[in-house]
Amino acid sequence: MMKEKMLKGSAMILKALELEGVDQVFGYPGGAVLSLYNQLYDSSLKHLLVRHEQAAVHAADGYARVTGQPGVVFATSGPGATNLVTGIATAYMDSVPLVLITGQVASRFIGTDAFQEADITGITLPITKHNYLVKDIKELPFILSEAFYLASTGRRGPVLIDIPKDVFDQEAPFAYDQKCHIAGYNPTYSGHAGQVNRAVKEIRDARRPVIFGGGGLIRSSADQALRELAETAKIPVILSLMGLGAFPGDNGLFLGMPGMHGSVAANYALTETDLIIAAGVRFDDRVTGKLDSFAEKAKIIHIDIDPAEIGKNVMADIPIVGDVRLVLEDLLRKLKPGDTGKWLKQIESWQEKYPLPLGSKKVERGLLPQFVIRELSRLSEPNTIVATDVGQHQMWTAQHFIVRTPKRFLTSGGLGTMGYGFPAAIGARFAAPEHRVLCITGDGSFQMNIQELATVVNNNLDLTIALINNRSLGMVRQWQEFFYEKRYSHTLLAESPDFVKVAEAYGVKALRAVTEEEATRAIEEAYQLKGPVLIDFVVNPGENVYPMVAPNHPINQIITGGDL
Amino acid sequence: MKHVLAILVENKAGALTRISGLFSRRGFNIENIAVGETVTPGIARMTITVEGSDPVIEQVMKQLHKLVNVLKVSNLSKEPSVMRELVLIKVRAETGSRSDIQQIVETFRGKVVDVSPDSMIIEVTGTEDKIEAIKMMLDHFGIREIVRTGKVALLRGAKITREA
Repeated sequence: MMKEKMLKGSAMILKALELEGVDQVFGYPGGAVLSLYNQLYDSSLKHLLVRHEQAAVHAADGYARVTGQPGVVFATSGPGATNLVTGIATAYMDSVPLVLITGQVASRFIGTDAFQEADITGITLPITKHNYLVKDIKELPFILSEAFYLASTGRRGPVLIDIPKDVFDQEAPFAYDQKCHIAGYNPTYSGHAGQVNRAVKEIRDARRPVIFGGGGLIRSSADQALRELAETAKIPVILSLMGLGAFPGDNGLFLGMPGMHGSVAANYALTETDLIIAAGVRFDDRVTGKLDSFAEKAKIIHIDIDPAEIGKNVMADIPIVGDVRLVLEDLLRKLKPGDTGKWLKQIESWQEKYPLPLGSKKVERGLLPQFVIRELSRLSEPNTIVATDVGQHQMWTAQHFIVRTPKRFLTSGGLGTMGYGFPAAIGARFAAPEHRVLCITGDGSFQMNIQELATVVNNNLDLTIALINNRSLGMVRQWQEFFYEKRYSHTLLAESPDFVKVAEAYGVKALRAVTEEEATRAIEEAYQLKGPVLIDFVVNPGENVYPMVAPNHPINQIITGGDL
Repeated sequence: MKHVLAILVENKAGALTRISGLFSRRGFNIENIAVGETVTPGIARMTITVEGSDPVIEQVMKQLHKLVNVLKVSNLSKEPSVMRELVLIKVRAETGSRSDIQQIVETFRGKVVDVSPDSMIIEVTGTEDKIEAIKMMLDHFGIREIVRTGKVALLRGAKITREA
């Protein structure tokens, strides 16, 4: 047997990353991680220096959503670590695999309120899948392998390793085993055969079935199985915000997104269906509306890798715990399609009667955000990666941008993190160097991580930033218009900077569009350019996102336009 | 309904916080909690009493299972089991009332474990009902302080709650 090599903590980390196949990390140095960054100086591992730690997590998150592999982050103790918190919570809510390595004050100072000390394992307890404080260098090798294993298996999620400054420099034997065994962690991958058989029978007998899929389809690469199931059994597909891309957005069986800003057809279908095949979704409140009146006529087959999601918000008639892809493949082998002809016709008539609203019809409307999104969609290649921020532009993108393949639509669905989109697009840039990356953001969201303009310039990243500039925090303004008597308390951002000048000051090429012609021309021009480009789309500030279901209302009570 | 959960957990730093944090975060109320080592080194057993409907308890158990350090969760209220709690009660006891107190303690098969000129400490073990009953009886003399261990429980018969 080979003698185990002695390595110091910093070297162990880089060695483990190499063994895990990680070649890109995102981070920001500081006092407690000096040793790690010193080790990095001679390493072939690529490190992207961001301008705020929050951007490092979102970038790693974007990278992970595109590659399916854990994104890796380095940050220092105290404020470095606490700056990660929003990004970690974002990844946790959307089940994104991350491994975060934070420095901690030296062991002897822990608990003394030392300079730049924060209890980051305590702080991140509820927003990580698991976390570790490394007290003994001998534990570091297996903690590293456990962290990667936990992050990337079962229901994916962020795992944080907090390492005291002195531990980075201590030495211990390094033996690394990727196939680690964790006693309390045994995800179920294949579905229970009896339950799958029951599901097969229900699918055969259903006359008005729908498939309702979510982010789980993307994490488990179930898109092929889903497509085969939908097309063989002629079952329409509804995807949650997190699921967009798991089924081609231009397929005739696709009904769009359900819920608060979902399509009328999707919401009517979920109301009238007799069978929901729920795959990798968690029946979020934005989807179900008023729970008591959600899918009252339907039996529910609920497939999820996380047993705790089944029965959490809605009761499942047929619970199937397992990897969504494996379960769908199993279903396919046994599938007996039922007759859905009449149902598809009914859905078609809803789709014809209630197309997506394209915006206000007034002559003086100016540039409509919906038009901009549709142009971006029309002019982008099918494999373009789109990262959004949060708010109205996010919903318009979900509605109007046609996503055809999985791992191409990046958005903060669960936590709804403004500031996510731009750094996530940066991460995606590294994950798929050969594909176009487009960040669709708003003037509110963009200013939450605008400092990353420096990062894209320093690295000359090919990236288009489409800024949907309505001079307001549009989604909150919309709610104030509907539910708070148009009292626009602190949602009008009249004093925003000139974004073209800001971009240019950083060295980013910038364009502005205030008419439809200019918008189309700007997109075409930006798509010809190399390096980062920002387009400031000055849109009609009064546009609202329709359709809309008011919170905690049945999802078939839909406002399709006009005032409430 | 009250449920008594037995949780086997790796005795690692923060494991207890993870469990109690989960209850507060998800809005589940812990009625009482008892922790101690098991026969297997490195594995602790927690007994948690929690109030909730069956679906709520099912959700509690599933969420507990998701914690990496948790090895086993079982609901002992669903099976025949022995449940006990130990209580120490400091009761006001002047010379005139001592024999009355002593008699109550004997009836409940408790023990007097400390005596001072004007107070006594009584140790009593039992089910919730029994403890409530003796509390009520002693209340009359004036309970000055009370401390409870929280409920502990084991399945009846040869069956045991194992890690795997």
